[in-house]
Amino acid sequence: MNELITVKDLKVHFPIRKGFFSRTVGRVYAVDGVSLTLSRGETLGVVGESGCGKTTLGMALLRLLEPTGGAVCFQGKQITEMTPDERRAFRREMQIIFQDPDSSLNPRMTVHQTLGGPLKVHRTGTSAERKDRVEYLLTKVGLTPHQADRYPHEFSGGQKQRIGIARALALNPKVIIADEPVSALDVSIQAQIINLLTDLQQEFGLSYILIAHDLAVIEHICDRIAVMYLGKIVETAGYRDIYHSPGHPYTRALLSAIPRPDPRIKRDRIILKGDVPSPMNPPPGCRFHTRCPERFGPCDQIIPEIQEVEAGHFVACHLY
Amino acid sequence: MVDQDMTANHPLLEVDGIKTCFYTVDGVARAVDDVSFDLKRGETLGLVGESGCGKSVTALSIMRLLKAPLGRTVQGEIRFHGQDLLRLSASRMRDIRGGKIAMIFQEPMTSLNPVYTIGDQIAEALTAHRNMAPKAAMEKAVEMLEKVQVPSPEKRAGEYPHQLSGGMRQRAMIAMALSCSPEILIADEPTTALDVTIQAQIIDLMLELKEDFDTAILMITHDLGVIAETARRVAVMYAGKIVEQAGVFSLFEDPKHPYTRGLLASVPRLGERSTGGRRRLREVAGIVPSLYDLPTGCSFHPRCPEAMDVCLKKRPDLLDVDNGHRVRCWLYPDQAAVVPERNAPEFREGTQR
Repeated sequence: MNELITVKDLKVHFPIRKGFFSRTVGRVYAVDGVSLTLSRGETLGVVGESGCGKTTLGMALLRLLEPTGGAVCFQGKQITEMTPDERRAFRREMQIIFQDPDSSLNPRMTVHQTLGGPLKVHRTGTSAERKDRVEYLLTKVGLTPHQADRYPHEFSGGQKQRIGIARALALNPKVIIADEPVSALDVSIQAQIINLLTDLQQEFGLSYILIAHDLAVIEHICDRIAVMYLGKIVETAGYRDIYHSPGHPYTRALLSAIPRPDPRIKRDRIILKGDVPSPMNPPPGCRFHTRCPERFGPCDQIIPEIQEVEAGHFVACHLY
Repeated sequence: MVDQDMTANHPLLEVDGIKTCFYTVDGVARAVDDVSFDLKRGETLGLVGESGCGKSVTALSIMRLLKAPLGRTVQGEIRFHGQDLLRLSASRMRDIRGGKIAMIFQEPMTSLNPVYTIGDQIAEALTAHRNMAPKAAMEKAVEMLEKVQVPSPEKRAGEYPHQLSGGMRQRAMIAMALSCSPEILIADEPTTALDVTIQAQIIDLMLELKEDFDTAILMITHDLGVIAETARRVAVMYAGKIVEQAGVFSLFEDPKHPYTRGLLASVPRLGERSTGGRRRLREVAGIVPSLYDLPTGCSFHPRCPEAMDVCLKKRPDLLDVDNGHRVRCWLYPDQAAVVPERNAPEFREGTQR
């Protein structure tokens, strides 16, 4: 079986409650009908702007959030229907790296406690074996074993992110979901973390789902890219296709909007008008139609289905 | 094309050897140390560097917005039309700040006042600097909002900051900054908090307004892409000093300082992998040093792949090595020709943390 994760029509809605009786007065359609797959050893990038639902999607894949509808299957088993034993096994196989290394490490735990925690919870090895494992993990992420007894505040931002990565690796997972792993870091430190992630993938045969807003980072790391807009995936394709022949008008605008570190690049920038609409009240029809430069007849009424326009290249747009 | 008019007209703003320190319980942090640059009318100068390199403190020093006992500009001159801003009285400075030199900040939510409407805040600048009557100022405020492409400006002028989206707030900030037609606009990370499609809108707008108002812009950012797109000249800062300064083309095509080279090689570039395969990103090893305890000699030497003995001992100067391309590095022979007496007594006023 080659597919590790299959997501079908996943929906995560958050109720908005108001008043004394906390009546539900509306919903935030954070993730609204997302389907995707992740194969073994693959790196899938999920790119989109703030509020598009990419982080919620990551949380739902790990079942840190309960889906409202649809299914997430890990190795063929639906994660919401697992028995407690199966769930424990599933938790070992999928791990997450968070954006902000400051708030995702417990300031009162030493590195040893942070990294040894998951090993203890999953009853792995004796205390001496766990100590060895922690030291091994630290060297793998470019830190030294003698740093194991230090607290998070004694490390720099980049080093803290390395600790976050070591924690995700602790249980030898198959899949790591990395939610904006480099966006809180300085440029020169970003390169260190990106290189570390690609090295670890090679060494441990990991599959990644990389969630980010920076298309240059996504293109550098990922094999396949899914572009999200307002809770829906608008385009999925290999990284070359996304760059060379983007199909969806939003992908094209996104590509052209990125400032390039090269003053000679002449650009025909597509400037999108207006702001991203609220996910509480998404526009009818295609959710992008309010800002789309190529909008026509059916766009504001009919929701476009995602369809294969070329082999492995899926676009949800009425232009096709 | 880039450097030829460097001497053409007199600079509007000359920052000359300023040094700004913070006096804290942890010791003295030399946040800005010997920074010099100038800005001409209608020009955009980019100031680029990583967090903590002193780029924002440079801007705050120019605006004299540092809190007095803690942060002080202790050395140098900041000449605006030939007049040293550091010697002006507080009330004269208040006339210039916001009127002649305006600033936009990174996070519009924290720099707009939440209890006044957008219109009131723009109008306040006009009544303060232009002696406008409240009603006329409000009309002008609406007009400014229209100029920065805020939809239905009359309605927006009556709204509070929390009712606007991030991009709208940043537009309101720009409207406020430009309302008095300043000669200089200091933009400190103006698009960092925004999404890419909104960032594109704001950059586009700033460049357009710069032409309309003939404003000089000091663009402060960590994003090399934003710099490449907006600036004509660029200064790269590291640990409180400018390490390289050049026209935008020569900086990006022929970077001379090892730090600039490292920075440029460390960013993934869009399309690079799709067209030429994956390149291993170059890492700048190590971390930015603490400003309380800077390394001896060149501050970059602990991270520099080309460090030599002299780099540990002596501080290099910022010297012109190639037609206005200035660099602070011992790799360039001119450096050795400088009389080293300025470097001789090693600067050590910071106490250890």
